[in-house]
Amino acid sequence: MSDRGYPNAVADEFPPPPTAFTDREDREIEIRPYAGEEAVREALVEMYDAFDPADRAQGIPPGGEERIREWLDAILCDDCYNVIAWCGDDAAGHATLVPDGDAYELAIFVHQEYQRAGIGTHLIRGLLGHGQANGVEKVWLTVERWNRAAVSLYKKIGFETSDAESFELEMGLRLHAGDDEDADPDDGDE
Amino acid sequence: MKVLCGIGGSDDSFRALDRTVERAAVANDDLTIAVVDNEDSSVSPDEVVERAEAAADEAEIDAEVRRVEGDPGSRLVEIAETEGFEEIVLGGGHTSPMGKITIGSIAEFVLLNAKTSVTLVR
Repeated sequence: MSDRGYPNAVADEFPPPPTAFTDREDREIEIRPYAGEEAVREALVEMYDAFDPADRAQGIPPGGEERIREWLDAILCDDCYNVIAWCGDDAAGHATLVPDGDAYELAIFVHQEYQRAGIGTHLIRGLLGHGQANGVEKVWLTVERWNRAAVSLYKKIGFETSDAESFELEMGLRLHAGDDEDADPDDGDE
Repeated sequence: MKVLCGIGGSDDSFRALDRTVERAAVANDDLTIAVVDNEDSSVSPDEVVERAEAAADEAEIDAEVRRVEGDPGSRLVEIAETEGFEEIVLGGGHTSPMGKITIGSIAEFVLLNAKTSVTLVR
């Protein structure tokens, strides 16, 4: 919300989707934005229904088809930004920006069959490119501090830690200069 | 059971209040509701006290509602220890727009430092 911290510096330019690449397992992966297609929503339901509960983070994705659908209804909203990594007709990963006041909350999920193949990096860059192209200024996320792979991915992208005082780390990224006064570093206590 | 329910005015703390009062009425718990300072809450402590008293009245239980000032986490742990409480009940966390659950600093302190069982209400 309004008291979250963001870096003063604006992040790099990220490539807006669609993009395509070959992952480290030699699979052809395409990153495309979600545009309200029913079939895409169903592919996501299928991906999350098969999601390993060990990869849940802070309660999401929820378990069971009914809860998954309810959760997807909230994060596939008209003013949300979503991108999906496709391997053929299968959703391999999904990343989302959900509005929160003047900023957006980010989350990213890669199905366990597709992890450790470089898809997460492409997916998050695609999501941030999609957000940047649509004028998103500020993005925040929380991540469990023991999740080193995720924390190092976010740092590599340019996220900076804004709150390290609880179980979860909070991190922020600035995608556009914007005109708010949040960039004023008078509140820095780190 | 002798139960200490700590609330500060956040949505999840009111959920914890309702559930604890409901349970106390059934289980005949000896319930104390501690109204603590929560700087993230938009509801004033006086209003929280009123809500707690109303909830106890409605359930027709004889709960003590007490205003507790100072650092919320350490005060709750201290009260539980010195007054022989068997359980501390707190709100189960804030849910972000994304649906992620974040546990607040009060719950975190109590979880790590309490000698009693701690219940987080979802």
